[in-house]
Amino acid sequence: MAITPPQFLLHHDGDNVAVAMTDLQPGTLQGRSVKEGTESTAVLNHALPLGHKFALADLAEGDAIIKYGIKVGLASAAIKKGDYIHTHNMRSYRWEASRA
Amino acid sequence: MGSKPRLTGYRRENGTMGIRNHVIILPLDDLSNAAAEAVAKVIPGTMALPHAFGRLQFGEDLQLTFDTLIGTGVNANVAAVVVIGIEPKWTQRVADGIAKTGKPVAAFSIEGKGDLQVIQEASRVAAMFLQDASGLVRSEAEMGDMIMSIKCGESDTTSGLGSCPTTSEAVDRWVDAGGTVFFGETSELTGGEHLIAERCIDAATRDLFQLTYDNYIKVIEATGANLLGSQPTQGNIAGGLTTIEEKALGNIAKTGSVPVVGVLTPAQMPDPAKPGLYFMDSSSAAAECVTLMAAGGAVIHLFPTGQGNVIGNPIVPVLKLTANIKTAKSMSEHIDLDVSGVLRYEYDMTKAGDMMMDVIYDTVNGRLCKAEVMGHREFTFTKLYISA
Repeated sequence: MAITPPQFLLHHDGDNVAVAMTDLQPGTLQGRSVKEGTESTAVLNHALPLGHKFALADLAEGDAIIKYGIKVGLASAAIKKGDYIHTHNMRSYRWEASRA
Repeated sequence: MGSKPRLTGYRRENGTMGIRNHVIILPLDDLSNAAAEAVAKVIPGTMALPHAFGRLQFGEDLQLTFDTLIGTGVNANVAAVVVIGIEPKWTQRVADGIAKTGKPVAAFSIEGKGDLQVIQEASRVAAMFLQDASGLVRSEAEMGDMIMSIKCGESDTTSGLGSCPTTSEAVDRWVDAGGTVFFGETSELTGGEHLIAERCIDAATRDLFQLTYDNYIKVIEATGANLLGSQPTQGNIAGGLTTIEEKALGNIAKTGSVPVVGVLTPAQMPDPAKPGLYFMDSSSAAAECVTLMAAGGAVIHLFPTGQGNVIGNPIVPVLKLTANIKTAKSMSEHIDLDVSGVLRYEYDMTKAGDMMMDVIYDTVNGRLCKAEVMGHREFTFTKLYISA
């Protein structure tokens, strides 16, 4: 089953966020969805450390961020496809007081 | 790899099966830590379990301290117990709770005697207990004889992708073989609690789970606090996790696919006639959670980590696995299994599960895990409210 190590992984097809599998530089990346095994490419806008997330779609403030096929938070600012996503532009929808 | 070797353990007086053979010196309260630690120095080979509480507690909070102390003594990884407390009544209460299982136990209280006399008396008994325990022989064990617990910590995004799904493989195999598994971390189900509710085996279990979850979350939400940095932790955030919901789905990814057969209160022991996967109401703080699960009877713990938690437990081997290659390399003295290869597609999740089971089998049979080797013995009580 050995294949070229993916540079990013998303949990499910349809997730709008992906995870860096190594420290990444901006540019076009090769990735894969874990559940379905779908291979894809994405353009990353900034350098990103291992384990951190970037957007696979343009998101408006208040849009749902989907990971594992499930809503895991809301965009707290407009996010462009390829942008870094973390506490500066994403927040919990359950614990509304929990935000940067 | 992955084929089941002969498993061995220590069959206790009440029929439970342990994988370690500790003689513990258990202080009832913070005031008795010094005497307990002195006994463990006089009789090397015994182990003191110092902790911070046990005085002026009341009601449900006091009961949880008793349950934690008694459950720790009752745990099948423990061969015999010396209990030391400041006063005789509560000390005897804990000793009696442990003695019900038929396990050797002795109680000593300090008031009216002083530390030195108690250390002398308790050391004589500890010496006898240790020698007797050393004569116990391992016998054939099955997974169905043993309780495993799971809890992750200093998680990052690699946890939900690699180390938690690997743990999930082990959970399913353990339960399929007739064993029992505890998971918990009540607040850390937030955003995915419906996934656990759906897996509850019947309506009564589902209702109890939902009530337990809702009650815990009410306490947190009533504070109105900004939890960012607490839950998720600063370490989680450094590892790329942003929200409680994102962290929760990674947490849930380690719970296997088997049904949830029961809901336990903190430190509660399950019905031995009803094996399977249990949810235990618990804090997500590593040492608190593992201490409660050990008191509930877990004899081995799987601990997936991302950024590198170092937790251990005095009586239960805590096995660490990670899928974060940086952590596997930089903290190798703490990591029992590196499954980062699964994220590089060097092997699949079934193979990662095989690798996990091999480490579990070795640990069951007596090989020390990294936390044991490194001397991590965090024994941490869950406090429900202020003391009187």
